[in-house]
Amino acid sequence: MFDDFFIRALVAGIGIALVTGPLGCFVVWRRLSYFGDTLAHSALLGVTIAYTLDFNIAVAIFITSSIIALILVKLERKTNLPGDALLGLLAHSSLAVGLVVIGFLTFIRFDIMGLLFGDILAVTTDDLLIIWIGGAIILLVLKLIWKPLFASTVNYELAEAEGLNPNRAKAIFTILIAAIIAISIKMVGLLLITGLLIIPTAMARNISDNPQKMVIFSIIGGLLSVFLGLFSSLEFNTPSGPSIVAAALILFIISLFKIKQTIQLKN
Amino acid sequence: MSLEKNILVKLNNVGIQQNDKWLVKGVSLEVEKGKIVTLIGPNGSGKSTTAKIALGIYKNIEGKVEKFTNNVGYVPQKISIDWTLPLRVKDFMVLTDNIKDELIDEALSLTGVIHLKEKNLGNLSGGEFQRVLLARAISKKPELLVLDEPVQGVDFTGEIALYELIKKISEKLNCGILLISHDLHTVMSATDHVVCLNGHVCCSGSPKDVARNNEYKALFGEQASQTLSVYEHKHDHEHSIDGKIKKN
Repeated sequence: MFDDFFIRALVAGIGIALVTGPLGCFVVWRRLSYFGDTLAHSALLGVTIAYTLDFNIAVAIFITSSIIALILVKLERKTNLPGDALLGLLAHSSLAVGLVVIGFLTFIRFDIMGLLFGDILAVTTDDLLIIWIGGAIILLVLKLIWKPLFASTVNYELAEAEGLNPNRAKAIFTILIAAIIAISIKMVGLLLITGLLIIPTAMARNISDNPQKMVIFSIIGGLLSVFLGLFSSLEFNTPSGPSIVAAALILFIISLFKIKQTIQLKN
Repeated sequence: MSLEKNILVKLNNVGIQQNDKWLVKGVSLEVEKGKIVTLIGPNGSGKSTTAKIALGIYKNIEGKVEKFTNNVGYVPQKISIDWTLPLRVKDFMVLTDNIKDELIDEALSLTGVIHLKEKNLGNLSGGEFQRVLLARAISKKPELLVLDEPVQGVDFTGEIALYELIKKISEKLNCGILLISHDLHTVMSATDHVVCLNGHVCCSGSPKDVARNNEYKALFGEQASQTLSVYEHKHDHEHSIDGKIKKN
């Protein structure tokens, strides 16, 4: 049962879940779910660039996602369109352009399903290195900006007034989201990566009464989702991304019973 | 020189525009160590805006702000906490600074909410939350405190106690306080310097001087004259409803 590729996938999944836990909390707290989705959609463009120029996929995705994030900031300043419309515009147009470019690249065989929904067979030893080293860097940077990022998530003006430089923390955090998308795309797929960021966190919210607990439960939820998802992916031959996200959904549904209890206690 | 050294924040002819309209303009003031400066003025006169300029929250301003300290405690007028974020009072207390537990307890005791330490912020009443906000701002023993309507929603006896506390803090910590208050009684009793705003500085000085000032009376009318007895006055300008100045 424990074929080599499966161990690789498991080790990759653990590395990813350790990072998506805390990052996902900030994505939920700062209401950035759709933003994460947009960056993930744009990752397809990064993949095509990587294939065309024979470049590392994770690095290419990281660069394109960061550029899309920059474009978003520019558009927000220059247009009168609401944020969600701009996100939709960027998400779908970058996905569309990515797919069109793939259509032109007839000389390369693409596993589009793998890109969209993740493929555990595709995880190589190199990918493991990228996931664990990249993940460690993401967590380290997040720890460094934790105070200003958290304070400005609670209240921007308090953080700014008391000298924490929230704008810098926000910019760095955007880069971290681009980075986690870049390293986890092979496993989870670009359509579902936001699910892994949000659903374990949403589960954690139902059973936590303070931020530290929420981060820890979010990590545990992510790890459990990865285990459950990967085993069922192996067992039922389902794509890895949807299996992981579906497992996360089951955990979320279970957590709803806990929240029901707390609400009853309150009344 | 010694006077210069005591200045914590200095606003020099600052102003800010939004959509081609001046929110405030030409405001100069300074807050010194151990002194309480109070901003008064009607709704929309730019009190909170001036405080935010002093704090460096607004960037694209006219004029110059010089801040000589980074140890700042701020109680904003409005604060909304998103309930997607579970936050207890004790988590909120260490939001911007890693404060020792005994200092947290001390501050929460001073504002009378130590019993709420483990409670979730979302379950507090308005007055309780206001006391927590004040406790958070003073717990870090700041050099400069900016308090924007710090006792809003607090019950009457609490209000008096908290203003006394604020005065005590300024003496004990020797910190400068920029206070925004609509309570003229308190302003006049606890303040060293009053700045009366209405889009610009109408008048400023000691509470006595300001109370004697005509523009102050024009702004606050009946209520002010009742609280502060009668001083003789005459106007040299008036404000229309949008805050523009009409010369008499």
